[in-house]
Amino acid sequence: MSTLPNPLMARLAEVRKSGDVAKLAEAIPYARWMRIAPENGTGELLTRMRYHDDLIGNTFLPAIHGGTLGAMLEMAAIFHLLWETETETVPKIVNITVDYLRSARPVDVIACAKVTKQGRRMVNVYAEAWQDDRAKPVATANAHFLIKSDDAPPSL
Amino acid sequence: MSSPLKDPDQRIVFFQQWFSDTIPHSKALGLKIIAVRRGFGSMQLDWREELVGNPETGVLAGGPLTALMDSCCGMSVATMLSEPKPFATLDLRIDYVRPATPGKAVIAEAECYRVTHSVAFTRAFAHHGDPKDPIAAAAGTFMLGTKGEVTRPQTIGAEVKP
Repeated sequence: MSTLPNPLMARLAEVRKSGDVAKLAEAIPYARWMRIAPENGTGELLTRMRYHDDLIGNTFLPAIHGGTLGAMLEMAAIFHLLWETETETVPKIVNITVDYLRSARPVDVIACAKVTKQGRRMVNVYAEAWQDDRAKPVATANAHFLIKSDDAPPSL
Repeated sequence: MSSPLKDPDQRIVFFQQWFSDTIPHSKALGLKIIAVRRGFGSMQLDWREELVGNPETGVLAGGPLTALMDSCCGMSVATMLSEPKPFATLDLRIDYVRPATPGKAVIAEAECYRVTHSVAFTRAFAHHGDPKDPIAAAAGTFMLGTKGEVTRPQTIGAEVKP
């Protein structure tokens, strides 16, 4: 194990001082590439995936690719765990189940997350994604994350 | 209608064309079709720096694997339809059983093992070349006959009995 701080955890410490949560995404190459970033302008931590044409999964409807919705729900859960809990390591995803409720149009997708159950090693997170109308989610997810690296099995 | 695509190489070209033309996200990820036949699809995702989730380790984020599994399961569904019709992912579960090795391509293999009138059932594994040493496992269900245009290629095999 490296003794250097993880770039993401180092970024988290900076962001805790500055309050600029969007900077968390800058430490994750995939989040930058997908234009997924957290925001807390309303006082609630939300995660936004900015629309760009590479997100499309069906050019005829058109609709955003289901894989990208799963990906942004997972990122929303990770940002929530980093920001709202006392996790000391980057949460490691164990599994995720995504339910697709509506087709997602070619506009921004926003997600919120909440911890359903916090254990010592494992945390269960629920996340929900919507577009214009929060009452009409396009996808929801449940995911498990390992949050204590020293207790993690060698492979995870 | 067009005849079933009997030639494996022709099938790959055909499905890859469909992918590149109508699924920009699959193209953006650089998904390559390795094999496609009735009830089965296999795809490859090459490792790239911008797909990394943990900058300390270089391990791929979960997201690209989710998109790979969704796409591969969806392709296995397309091979089972007696006539092309639109369909959409209903749900998708992914177990990340071990981290992907940085720098290595990930191969997904999906099986569509049951098609009913309204729903298709799939399962998939992702690995680095040895299917007995999986990185991730998936179970996906798809709703058939959803709204929208047909974007999928013609079926490969015979009639499906609902």
